[in-house]
Amino acid sequence: MGELRLMKGNEAIAEAFIREGVDAYYGYPITPQSEVMEYLTAERPEKRTGMVVLQAESELAAINMVYGAACTGKKVVTSSSSPGISLMQEGISYIAGSEVPCVLLNVVRGGPGLGDIQPAQSDYFQSVKGGGHGDYRQIVLAPSSVQDMYDHVSLAFELAFKYRILVLIQSDGLIGQMMEKVEIGEQKPRLTNEEIKAKYDTWALTGRTPGREHNIVTSLELDQAKQEQFNIHLQNKYKEIAENEVLYEEMEVEDADYILVAYGSSSRICRKAVNLAREKGLKVGLLRPITLWPFPEKRIAELAKRVKGMLSVEMSAGQMVEDVRLAVNGKIKVEHFGRYGGMIHTPEEVLEALETKIIGG
Amino acid sequence: MADIKIEDIIKSENLVFKKTKLFTDKPLSYCPGCGHGVAHRLILEVIEEMGIESETIGVAPVGCSVLAYEFMNIDMAQAPHGRAPAMATGIKRVYPEKYVFTYQGDGDLAAIGTSETIHACNRGDNMTIIFINNGIYGMTGGQMAPTTLEGMVSSTTPFGRDVELMGHPIKMTELVAQLPGTCYVARHAVHTPSAVRKAKKAIRKAFEKQKEKKGLSFVEIVSNCNSGWKMTPVDANKWMEEHMFPYYPLGEIKEI
Ligand SMILES: Cc1ncc(C[n+]2csc(CCOP(=O)(O)OP(=O)(O)O)c2C)c(N)n1
Ligand code: SF4
Ligand SMILES: [Mg+2]
Repeated sequence: MGELRLMKGNEAIAEAFIREGVDAYYGYPITPQSEVMEYLTAERPEKRTGMVVLQAESELAAINMVYGAACTGKKVVTSSSSPGISLMQEGISYIAGSEVPCVLLNVVRGGPGLGDIQPAQSDYFQSVKGGGHGDYRQIVLAPSSVQDMYDHVSLAFELAFKYRILVLIQSDGLIGQMMEKVEIGEQKPRLTNEEIKAKYDTWALTGRTPGREHNIVTSLELDQAKQEQFNIHLQNKYKEIAENEVLYEEMEVEDADYILVAYGSSSRICRKAVNLAREKGLKVGLLRPITLWPFPEKRIAELAKRVKGMLSVEMSAGQMVEDVRLAVNGKIKVEHFGRYGGMIHTPEEVLEALETKIIGG
Repeated sequence: MADIKIEDIIKSENLVFKKTKLFTDKPLSYCPGCGHGVAHRLILEVIEEMGIESETIGVAPVGCSVLAYEFMNIDMAQAPHGRAPAMATGIKRVYPEKYVFTYQGDGDLAAIGTSETIHACNRGDNMTIIFINNGIYGMTGGQMAPTTLEGMVSSTTPFGRDVELMGHPIKMTELVAQLPGTCYVARHAVHTPSAVRKAKKAIRKAFEKQKEKKGLSFVEIVSNCNSGWKMTPVDANKWMEEHMFPYYPLGEIKEI
């Protein structure tokens, strides 16, 4: 067992960035995730591992610093919260269009606009459907604990480099700010420049190796037929990811008549709601998507064959519910429940919504 | 064709000009008479002469030179419009021993990317910005740029730039020279052999400054856009001398 610490989610993920052997963090402060850069700068990662931490002048600059470093095969990361992630969408689309690996963290807060600084899950559409332009996808991981915040960093980089894709860790103000026990892993070494060249010389900008042609990282292709081919290549990659990388967790679904579908903070509340329901004799289970994209649609479709109804419980006005409905395809009743704009539902409210909207409805 | 070498046709003592080794074989996409091609060549000659082609990473902009990476046989990225300095910072910070440069037009650098430019200069990132100021948005068909001169006609100022309405043309080079983060700032041109020689010297100095780690080196090239200005290349160069140079005077501006 590794070292145990009591940490905020934002601190745990910052520590994970260092221990993962990340080469650079470029970011811009915004509540409720400013602790990430504060923790990093206090930890002197330039001394611990040689990791670069730089405060950019805006999220626009931060995402393009990330884009630049990602083009070189280095491990690079940024973090922000909803308004900042909106500002990054241009860069996110370019990163998708040029297929470079990197990791982003969104500690979601209430919106739209400046909204508030309380936890929310209202950026699901932006993250999962694509907030930038073009036909692209990104892998979205949804941690539901401080331990997940830590553990998802390794997973995110593994996927990012495996598929040369942007991986977004979609957290929220609750998981970012709360303190929990977390098991810290070993320090991984940062790759040397020679190791990076050996691994990624087919595409990364490391300075033209004698004997090879120049590497180019671009999202531009003026020949529309070639651009269509490139898009087909992207779609094939996304299909492969959708087939192989779906992650979810289940609680008491074996005998369930009704299923709550919830991720992140909302899934924690739903665990309690499942217990309350079971105490009342209602057979309720929980499905927690860990990857929001790719979405566990096959599993939901399977469950829809034997349960009577599903309630998508989100801290939003109802976004993921659309994907649940698509997966269920009209077979059973699917409704949404959730508080939003920074408000958080209680387990009792969830149970009441299940009873009125699904069981009694 | 491919295996015929230039030396087979021309005796070496008669050979006075040949393609820079670091140019790829792709035909340049620029209009005949445009300064972009010459500016590319000077950068590539400097990289070749310094022997740093394996140590250099470039960032191309959005603008007529968006395809600069096609022509320059060095590792290069293509940036979103205006964001090249941020990308270059991202690269330079993880590869401090490499030579990193951006190549940007005036719309890219002085309009949409003003913030990225100023802050990269202010942080003193040890990299080079090559700034091609042709006073117009060449690529999109000759619209007004922040650098468009007072009274100058463009496709969005068909009656000439009205400074009451649009403000005055911005002198980015003087602006960044004010910042302690810049270590070398110069403005040159590439329209005559003597201008080319001076511009090349400045580009060489800018790249060499990266070794000294004293901050950001910035070279503006005042250039023509004969297509956008709706002039012949010869007239465009004359117009540039008569109108652009008085407002954007050539010379060495700062060196530390
Ligand atoms: C975000 C965004 N806005 C607008 C454009 C359209 N656009 C392409 S090039 C350009 C202007 C480029 O002008 P400049 O930087 O002066 O380069 P030049 O073509 O003159 O060399 C514009 C506005 C774009 N590609 N991206
Ligand atoms: S439009 Fe202007 S800047 Fe662009 S290639 Fe032609 S002359 Fe050069
Ligand atoms: Mg221009």
